[in-house]
Amino acid sequence: MNQTLLTFPKGGVHPPESKELTEHLPVEPLPLPEEVEILLHQHFGAPCKSLVKKKDEIMEGDLLGEVEAGLGASIHASVSGKVKNVGTSAHPISVSAPSVTIQTDPVAKPREYSPGDWKALSKDEILGRIKSAGIVGIGGAGFPTHVKLAPPPEAKVDTLILNGAECEPYLTCDHRLMLEHPEQVVEGAKIILSVLGIDECHIGIEANKADAIEAMAKAARDASSNGTRIRVDALKVKYPQGSEKQLIQSITGRRVPGFGLPFDVGVIVQNVGTARAIYEAVVLNKPLYEKVITVSGRGIQRPANLLVRIGTRLSDIVSYLGGTKPDLAKVVMGGPMMGFAIPTLDVPVTKTTSGVLFLTEDEIDTKPHSNCIRCGWCLEACPMGLAPNEIGIYVEAGRAEDTAQFGVFECFECGCCAFVCPAKRPLVQFIRLAKMKAKK
Amino acid sequence: MALNESALWTVSVSPHVKSGESVEKIMWTVVACLIPPLILSIFIFGIQTLIITLISVGSCVATEAISQKLLHRPVTVRDGSAVITGLLLAYIIPPGVPYWLPVLGSIMAIYVAKHLLGGIGFNIFNPALIGRAFLLATFPVAMTSAWLPPIRDASIFKYMGPGVDAVSTATPLYILKHYGIGAVMEKFGSMSTIYADFFVGWRPGCIGETSTLLLLVGGIFLLYKGYISWHIPISTIVTIAFLTWIFGGEKLFTGNPLLAVLSGGVILGAFFMATDYVTSPSQKTGQLIFGAGVGALTVLIRLKGGYPEGVCYAILLMNGVSPALDAWFKPKRFAPEKGAIK
Ligand code: SF4
Ligand code: SF4
Repeated sequence: MNQTLLTFPKGGVHPPESKELTEHLPVEPLPLPEEVEILLHQHFGAPCKSLVKKKDEIMEGDLLGEVEAGLGASIHASVSGKVKNVGTSAHPISVSAPSVTIQTDPVAKPREYSPGDWKALSKDEILGRIKSAGIVGIGGAGFPTHVKLAPPPEAKVDTLILNGAECEPYLTCDHRLMLEHPEQVVEGAKIILSVLGIDECHIGIEANKADAIEAMAKAARDASSNGTRIRVDALKVKYPQGSEKQLIQSITGRRVPGFGLPFDVGVIVQNVGTARAIYEAVVLNKPLYEKVITVSGRGIQRPANLLVRIGTRLSDIVSYLGGTKPDLAKVVMGGPMMGFAIPTLDVPVTKTTSGVLFLTEDEIDTKPHSNCIRCGWCLEACPMGLAPNEIGIYVEAGRAEDTAQFGVFECFECGCCAFVCPAKRPLVQFIRLAKMKAKK
Repeated sequence: MALNESALWTVSVSPHVKSGESVEKIMWTVVACLIPPLILSIFIFGIQTLIITLISVGSCVATEAISQKLLHRPVTVRDGSAVITGLLLAYIIPPGVPYWLPVLGSIMAIYVAKHLLGGIGFNIFNPALIGRAFLLATFPVAMTSAWLPPIRDASIFKYMGPGVDAVSTATPLYILKHYGIGAVMEKFGSMSTIYADFFVGWRPGCIGETSTLLLLVGGIFLLYKGYISWHIPISTIVTIAFLTWIFGGEKLFTGNPLLAVLSGGVILGAFFMATDYVTSPSQKTGQLIFGAGVGALTVLIRLKGGYPEGVCYAILLMNGVSPALDAWFKPKRFAPEKGAIK
């Protein structure tokens, strides 16, 4: 393990971590809900077409939908039971999406998976299993993993980075996963290495997870051999340490060019949760239909790390955890820095849901914003070296289309600028508006 | 179930947590840092410094509220920025001026220099400095002769009432400019006495500028809080000291840099006025150049200009350059060029 804490040089902020609410709580499986509502458009790429119809009897792990063309990933039934409806439901990001609702059969036996030897599989067979298991990058936008693991041949990839930074406050699901199943995560890393045909893997973990660093370092040591080098790099606790570009820079010193992708600098980054899902897909032949999420915040009765089925409605999770507290002020899907606020609990968990936060008035800031006082704090905070203050002023002045000069298209909406702004300016909101109107 | 509850929750764009800092917190902290020099000034120049300051602050706050009402903008006097302008305006005028003078200065500072230019964030020039420049141009006698010799015996009512004019004195920089360092020592004592007295604040000067000690304490506290960065104050002070050392004496390299920094408004200007967010560059390289510019112009005005002190004008001149500095020195982008916007 690397002793000095690695980090990126420019920008970043230190929001209150609030991880103490759940970091010591082992992952508990959520009892099967009465019904699940599985969105057919969960991630990056084209929506799936439903392969089932109303009243069909299906088993957990059965294929529900497949993409017909283009990018996308398959979607599987997360419970056994009867298809109640094939329709449209509230989608956490876009307004609504096609969905399949399944009524759970409470007495159905859970599907059994037994490990097989993946080393006998060819590269294409491994990629095929990853594809048919519907694996997507579960820490981010949900980019289909089988596509990401097949970079164009001209990209000279030499390094795999597993992202265990978990820099978003509150979230502890990756932490628990690394602590409870380090060998599975590392096994996933070995599978990825073999697919990519490389032998160098770094696992980046923020230093606030000492026990996970220790567990992963041990698993990494056990798994390393002459051929493969898997090592854990302790990272400085600084948001957005887990952002792909910042993580790559911290660990390898390489900077991904503007509008470039990690493989442009020879790196592939996978979230630790995705690595574990790859392990399950390839070794167990199990599709991705359940995942660990953190349910936290001071507005929920009992914060927890839960293993939930994809399609579980937030309302079911809330009632299992004893309900919300009266001073609940905001519900956020994802982390508090980049997640999105939702107006209803009638929303199902998707493959990319990392957490659900129930925040009280004390935890959020709803003060109205005022004029930019030009303090420059946002310039200091921005990890991309942009000028969010100028973008905000331009947008307010009705000149959003002239904001490309300030780098609006390089912004990945980490929220550092808005976090530090003493005038409480909604800079990310301004930036989103600017992106819609500005000319590339 | 949740749909009827939904109206209770806030739905807004990320991030959902914010740092605990706010404009109000910054401004009121600056106000607090400016209070100790004011208290000391009562013992140096008498109770009328407090009265002048209260009048200045009161009229700044009133002008702000009235301006915002007239211009149909939200009234933001609670953010403390008008209070700072009021304090600073009082701190850079002499202690023996008539009480109506700061009222005029405040109206100029807040109504014209701040709100007619667009309100906080859009005023190019530091309002307090515009107020002072206006007073200096329109009431030059009051602004350049109402200096008082420091009180030594805590008789803080000494300069109240009639006959104040009779005791007016000259500032060290005035004496230095016109009669040389010998005359300064004749009037204020040996160099070590001068350094000690000037450092604590016992010298003729503007109301709030004399106590290097207390202004430094406040300035360092603002640095510690991260509300200002070192770039502007340090580059200003170092430039003044360095250029004075080179050009400030009879011959080259014989000037007295310490005296230059301890007299006039260097510390007040460097820590509390040149660092004003709105009127200084937001980017660090720009800030260093801004500070160096303030320092160089200050020395130029002191040595070659018509006034013995130049900090205020130097900052105002650099305020005018600040937007250009921000345009020239953009933050360094993370991403290397490759796919840059074509
Ligand atoms: S949200 Fe965009 S502009 Fe703001 S700090 Fe992050 S990258 Fe920079
Ligand atoms: S942090 Fe806010 S107030 Fe400060 S420069 Fe940026 S946008 Fe303006």
